[in-house]
Amino acid sequence: MKFILHVNGTPRQIDVASNTPLLWVLRDELRLTGTKFGCGVAQCGACTVHLDGEPARSCAIPVKAVKQRNVETIEGVSGSVAEAVQNSWQELQVPQCGYCQSGQIMTAIALLREIPRPTDSDIDSAMTGNACRCATYVRIRKAIHDASSSIEGK
Amino acid sequence: MTAKIAFRSSFAAFTVLALVIAIALAIGSASGRENRQERGAAAADELLPPEAFASIADPAERSAAVFTEAGKVFTHPRCVNCHAEGDRPLQGDDSHPHQPWARRGADGFGAPGMRCATCHTDENFDPAGVPGAPNWHLAPTEMTWQGKSIGEICDQVKDPARNGDRTLQDLIHHAGEDPLVTWAWSPGRDRQPAPGTQTVFRDLIQAWIDDGAVCPP
Repeated sequence: MKFILHVNGTPRQIDVASNTPLLWVLRDELRLTGTKFGCGVAQCGACTVHLDGEPARSCAIPVKAVKQRNVETIEGVSGSVAEAVQNSWQELQVPQCGYCQSGQIMTAIALLREIPRPTDSDIDSAMTGNACRCATYVRIRKAIHDASSSIEGK
Repeated sequence: MTAKIAFRSSFAAFTVLALVIAIALAIGSASGRENRQERGAAAADELLPPEAFASIADPAERSAAVFTEAGKVFTHPRCVNCHAEGDRPLQGDDSHPHQPWARRGADGFGAPGMRCATCHTDENFDPAGVPGAPNWHLAPTEMTWQGKSIGEICDQVKDPARNGDRTLQDLIHHAGEDPLVTWAWSPGRDRQPAPGTQTVFRDLIQAWIDDGAVCPP
């Protein structure tokens, strides 16, 4: 079945079964491999992308459910919040193995866009669905606060 | 000698017969147990229609009995899991806390960055085992049914302050047509559906109201 997906601001035509998870389309059809496969059952958050700015687990969303929404992946996410998060992630050297980090970053950006000055509790509530087997959680939380401060400082 | 052989033969035949009877009894007993279990499961899944209560002459008594039957749906995990008390939804037929740690959020649709729609779409997505229906969210805290008796739930669903400001007629619509309620009978994967059918559930709510919307004690 043919679909036109709006990915990172560009219309992309694909021909896949309608029940294909968005993650497979991104990785296998569009070769956007920054978004990772972790668990395949919406438990780990490694596959997080944005649909119209809202975080979504691309492993649990069939391509037919995307419709006209804009898909934003780690390759295309941009803007002042994304920049601040990227800088803080680098500054604080958040990743260890790095596998989960694109998902972590996508959720962190969505959180900061909605709550520019999040509390620890806000961060925990948002990030709880993003697992990190290297347990970089303390640095993730610190980096989100750091990004928040840098956005506020501008 | 011949007598000895004959005795041995009949002893062996008796032993074989006894074994056959013992095995047959064991199978029969297991089969009866299974049948009883099947009947028990069927009773739990069953939802009697309003007509089954027609023999109760007193309308108030009948109304309460009909609501008690509908209570099988209200107290089913498919409904209680999102009419849960506290800050977290429940999941599974054993109503364990939702994993990952999803929170209610200010509007019942999850916390910023971790909304219900982060994982749940408008329909079940069985390849990932994620259930879905339109408007997927938690019922407000005043509408929680977890741990409540049928009578308490009944008082709650009648009270506009605790039922989303719904009239009794609105309740019939909610029970019979709300797509999120409909999901309870088609939950996907190996989730146990709510008892009976949505039509029977709706008819029970209608009958309960027609007889005076009386709550069981």
